[in-house]
Amino acid sequence: MAIWLNKDSKVIVQGMTGSTGMKHTKLMLGDGTNVVGGVNPRKAGQTVDFDGTEVPVFGTVEEAIEKTGANVSVIFVPEKFTKDAVVEAIDAEIPLAVVITEGIAVHDTAAFWAHAGKKGNKTRIIGPNCPGIITPGQSNVGIIPGDITKPGRIGLVSKSGTLTYQMMYELRDIGFSTAVGIGGDPIIGTTHIDALAAFQDDPETDLIVMIGEIGGDAEERAAAFIKENVTKPVVGYVAGFTAPEGKTMGHAGAIVSGSSGTAQAKKEALEAAGVKVGKTPTETAKLAREILSA
Amino acid sequence: MDLFEYQARDLFAKHDVPVLAGEVIDTPEAAREITERLGGKSVVKAQVKVGGRGKAGGVKLAASADEAVARATDILGMDIKGHTVHKVMIAETAPEIVEEYYVSFLLDRANRTFLSIASVEGGVEIEEVAATRPEAVAKIAIDAIDGVDEAKAREIVEAAKFPAEVADKVVNVLIRLWDTFIKSDALLVEVNPLAKVASGEVIALDGKVSLDENAEFRHPEYEELHDKAAANPLEAAAKEKNLNYVKLEGEVGIIGNGAGLVMSTLDVVAYAGEKHGNVKPANFLDIGGGASAQVMANGLEIILGDPDVKSVFVNVFGGITACDEVANGIVQALKLLEDRGENVSKPLVVRLDGNNAELGRQILTDANHPLVQRVDTMDGAADKAAELAHAAK
Repeated sequence: MAIWLNKDSKVIVQGMTGSTGMKHTKLMLGDGTNVVGGVNPRKAGQTVDFDGTEVPVFGTVEEAIEKTGANVSVIFVPEKFTKDAVVEAIDAEIPLAVVITEGIAVHDTAAFWAHAGKKGNKTRIIGPNCPGIITPGQSNVGIIPGDITKPGRIGLVSKSGTLTYQMMYELRDIGFSTAVGIGGDPIIGTTHIDALAAFQDDPETDLIVMIGEIGGDAEERAAAFIKENVTKPVVGYVAGFTAPEGKTMGHAGAIVSGSSGTAQAKKEALEAAGVKVGKTPTETAKLAREILSA
Repeated sequence: MDLFEYQARDLFAKHDVPVLAGEVIDTPEAAREITERLGGKSVVKAQVKVGGRGKAGGVKLAASADEAVARATDILGMDIKGHTVHKVMIAETAPEIVEEYYVSFLLDRANRTFLSIASVEGGVEIEEVAATRPEAVAKIAIDAIDGVDEAKAREIVEAAKFPAEVADKVVNVLIRLWDTFIKSDALLVEVNPLAKVASGEVIALDGKVSLDENAEFRHPEYEELHDKAAANPLEAAAKEKNLNYVKLEGEVGIIGNGAGLVMSTLDVVAYAGEKHGNVKPANFLDIGGGASAQVMANGLEIILGDPDVKSVFVNVFGGITACDEVANGIVQALKLLEDRGENVSKPLVVRLDGNNAELGRQILTDANHPLVQRVDTMDGAADKAAELAHAAK
């Protein structure tokens, strides 16, 4: 069953005809994703050939939905235009929009998030600045490598792309129900809590791995949520113990401000909620293994 | 990007937030002419991006132009909590202050919107007021699309219980401050204190502004706000090459792909260092997804140019990028640097995992570079890099 994405998902790509969009559309198709169209007003009516798969280009998201029944959009549009692309997806009421683009101004993200709220939150937004979501063996939306692991019973939610890959690799023999990268920006659509709630309700997920990093208090709030609502075992990892105060560590949201947003505080909050937290990604994977084999 | 006080003052002035006159200088003698223009007295204020400069002696009154020059001489070059003072602002002396307030707009990450914080107990750290007298601090959520109009500004003023006689003036300040916040793509605009002076006017006496560097594409004016003097030379060199680099205090140079993995690599090296003379990571460097030979060479050049670095840990998980490309990148990068005549003498520990890892590892083995060691697990490689750094210390 997995969460949010499965073999029946019909995916359109906003920004498909750009170089990043082309590259990853090809990879997504190779992983079995049902990519039903691209969106680019300047190339509407054309089709793009991906190793024999003809993918039509539509002028708008609305038209793409109407003609294909698409229910997922993945957005590779450059950062200057991302806000407009997400707003278009929201207005077309697509159920899931996955925003891969990195480097979006936070005022733009705040604006499209507020817009989604005014439109009744009919669109789940994942990202921005995220690697996307994969339900191994069924569908892959974004830039997560499709061949790291296989279908299985671990659910994964992470702020970081490469740590998502690392963890999928560490536990590749067990496999994953769904892995979702929620992104490292200060404002993101889908949160750890949203993913934890969905995995808790997913009968095909037995254990949840949650990866966090410095900045904000999303992990602390997730810990409070776990304590109240999650009965499945959760294993956690937090990156950034050695990050100095006041320096942005790669991700726009990864910054310790004064005494808030530290990895130590996040680890303690998670442990207080009964989450086993590993010191390294490898140790975290070991903790997951121990729980699953107990 | 955090701004200096004088930059915040200029930005406020541009958006009609009431401020006092002030000009920034970097030589003491320049204080004379400005002070004369200000009527023969001024305040000399150290420009540093750290709190507590008043207590440290970084803010002095000058009753004459000569005195302003003398105070500027004292303050320029001063060290305030590790920050060297390169600039001072010569400001108009404040009229008699009757009351001090606090107002700000900032990003509210948790609620994914903006927030206004206001208090009639300004002039001190707002965190302190919030901790001891939370009822004195009003927090009002701002819708990112609706923003702050007069009605919203009044709501803030009422929530914070501003006195009736200043209400209209504070409403005006809030509307103009919001304009500053939105038009500058700020993450924070803070006025503390917002002072009511004897004449009844309300003036922003000191402020903090932080801007969103992701918005730089629509703000060419950000370019000159960057504090080039304070940037570490290695950080400046890395920025020139578009590398995501942060200088740290340790001895193990770090190169990796992906912000999360690199942060994690720093931690794993620090843990490993506990067994090896407490060596620590020397830097954060994320070379991103592509990791071409050129990018790898640029990264290695920065790391090897850091005299603190005793060993280097290259930690790459091949996602879409294949590890054989990364391995070729490392080999070519070393050759590129050697050909350029760079001193390549520090040991490198390389861990490759993920896409085409076997091929990548084979390339490193075949290249048989005397400085490169392969360790195939992240924890094992971190331990080796820490051990080598300790041995070279």
